[in-house]
Amino acid sequence: MRSDEQILEELTNKEYEHGWSVDFEADEAPFGLNEDIVKFISLKKDEPQWLLDWRLKAFEIWKGMKEPKWPNVKYPEIDYQNIKYYSAPKQKKNLESLNDVDPELIETFEKLGISLLEQKRLTGVAVDAVIDSVSVATTFKDTLGELGIIFCSFSEAVKEHPELIKKYLGSVVPVNDNYYAALNSAVFSDGSFCYIPKGVRCPMELSTYFRINAANTGQFERTLIVAEDSSYVSYLEGCTAPQRDENQLHAAVVEIYAAKDAEVKYSTVQNWYPGDKNGKGGIYNFVTKRGICFGDRSKISWTQVETGSAVTWKYPSCILKGDYSVGEFYSVAVTNNMQQADTGTKMIHIGKNTKSRIVSKGISAGKSHNSYRGQVQVMKRAENARNHSQCDSLLMGNNCGAHTFPYIDIENKTAHVEHEATTSKIGEDQIFYCMQRGIDEESAVALIVNGYAKEVLNQLPMEFAVEAQKLLALTLEGSVG
Amino acid sequence: MLKIKDLKASIEEKEILRGINLEVKPGEVHAIMGPNGSGKSTLASVLAGREEYEVTGGAVDFMGSDLLELSAEERAREGIFLAFQYPIEIPGVTTTNFMKTALNQIREHRGLEKLDAVAFLKKMKEKMKLVEIDQSLLSRSLNEGFSGGEKKRNEIFQMAMLEPKLAILDETDSGLDIDALRIVANGVNALKSSDNATIVVTHYQRLLDYIVPDFVHVLYNGRIVKSGTKDLALELEEKGYDWIKAEANLETA
Repeated sequence: MRSDEQILEELTNKEYEHGWSVDFEADEAPFGLNEDIVKFISLKKDEPQWLLDWRLKAFEIWKGMKEPKWPNVKYPEIDYQNIKYYSAPKQKKNLESLNDVDPELIETFEKLGISLLEQKRLTGVAVDAVIDSVSVATTFKDTLGELGIIFCSFSEAVKEHPELIKKYLGSVVPVNDNYYAALNSAVFSDGSFCYIPKGVRCPMELSTYFRINAANTGQFERTLIVAEDSSYVSYLEGCTAPQRDENQLHAAVVEIYAAKDAEVKYSTVQNWYPGDKNGKGGIYNFVTKRGICFGDRSKISWTQVETGSAVTWKYPSCILKGDYSVGEFYSVAVTNNMQQADTGTKMIHIGKNTKSRIVSKGISAGKSHNSYRGQVQVMKRAENARNHSQCDSLLMGNNCGAHTFPYIDIENKTAHVEHEATTSKIGEDQIFYCMQRGIDEESAVALIVNGYAKEVLNQLPMEFAVEAQKLLALTLEGSVG
Repeated sequence: MLKIKDLKASIEEKEILRGINLEVKPGEVHAIMGPNGSGKSTLASVLAGREEYEVTGGAVDFMGSDLLELSAEERAREGIFLAFQYPIEIPGVTTTNFMKTALNQIREHRGLEKLDAVAFLKKMKEKMKLVEIDQSLLSRSLNEGFSGGEKKRNEIFQMAMLEPKLAILDETDSGLDIDALRIVANGVNALKSSDNATIVVTHYQRLLDYIVPDFVHVLYNGRIVKSGTKDLALELEEKGYDWIKAEANLETA
């Protein structure tokens, strides 16, 4: 009879499904980072002078900053000169329709389950497909355009809507905010831009799918979402990358601006290559995501399912400036084998009667380390602030770690802040109970993990909740011990 | 249906079962009694396939197959059900969801079509009546916050849903008040048929007033030292286990 040890060894992590890469022609920058590369990127994207100046200023700021060392993760020194900062699949300049897109690229996305072709699209979901640094195609643009909604690649937005970009770029995440934000500001490649006009409720999910393909490149995407008064949008980003031996850097910046009575829901299902079971390779996912609830009664919710990347370092945050504004953060972060995660959120209460909710579910397996780092800050004039935080850790096996670093800073005595934390282990007893009812071990783990993560998964748009469930199960195959 | 021959099992190098011999035929109810530490729960766990226990000798035949070769979930799918002494909680997983998953995996194994939501609910409603269990209880997380009685009733409910060939009730009566005991016993009796069999592991005669056994076996020091009819249980109730222990010790001396 197989012992638990044997089962564990036999069912080693299922091969990362998206580890394949495609050989299409790419346009690349040489290795290294200097002013010329920044100019190169700007030139390739045909950018106006003001943006190039903005990049160069960011580059100067970055050069004067030091890489932060405080997160609870260990990784070898990154050689910033040994990365290519631009890679774009070569294809026809103007994409009038999907027919112009290189069929190999379309196939790449088909393989990932994302269909860009008219007949097979996910109905009710508009997709902006980004391979390496370039947005390949955006579906439903016309339909959305009729409502005044702008959903396009960032590069396109720079050309078509410069006034909006100028107004909001860097307004939520200033260039000097942190080391990686500065780097991103200098070399960002592409990303999505989304603008919802006053009073408009976006009728479909907007999503961007990021795929890193080329080797030795970094991916620095920049996303900006602006929701005007009384508007609503639900946005989802998905990410995968091929299996490679070297680590690749992903340093993105996402800025969200919510005006009066506006609501933005931002969901992420992250499945970057996590490295092999010995910790070789894998993506470094260092991301700055921040939303400002600028107007009264505005609301921003972050929902994330993080299963991939070798090292994850991100704190999607909300600045609750408007009175009665609401910030929410729902997260399931899984680490397995040798992965490390230091993730959490910041809720900054500035206006009056603001509310924030944090639900963080960490799952550690293998030899991984999963840290939650959260900050709830109530400023002096934030009357009547309310916060409820719940961070749960689930440990699978005896060699993993779960760590919690909550920071609570209250400067106003009318605040009501609650913090709950639980730590549990998937017991062998639970697994045996399931098995005795005829459920095999893998299904049992999936059942238990999904039950644990349910509260967060329920926040995802329906279309993606199913994918996320499957992803959780896949990531944790064979991890009970 | 079940033939246990000279079964020996240990846990962490300590031998608990020292040669169990038992035969259970379809339609029969067997009671296993014995003092604390005799190996009753171990026997139940070993039959269910708990891996912490190492089988060091003997054989178990279940409906023609070598039971010891099968994994725990395979045994369940073949028709073995264990009503746990301490049913575990699984937060976030409702009993309903749990049962649907289990039932469909078992059906798949038996070449039957999975039950759709409507058929499944119908079956659930039917079985709920049997153990007087409430819908609200089933929509909660499995066993979370359940009282002792509710947990045991939930075990029998699951048994009713999965329709096993051999049900092993591990001290199902422990922690139950009279009413709960009656409900649980009625449920078990309602599920009895000429095609299935039940092994009732218990300390007390009380349960056996409701679930009347065809055979009573006394387990002591890892062996079945005495077998009889339901009258044996009454005798134990009256005299305790000392006389059995004395008899057994004499024999091994």
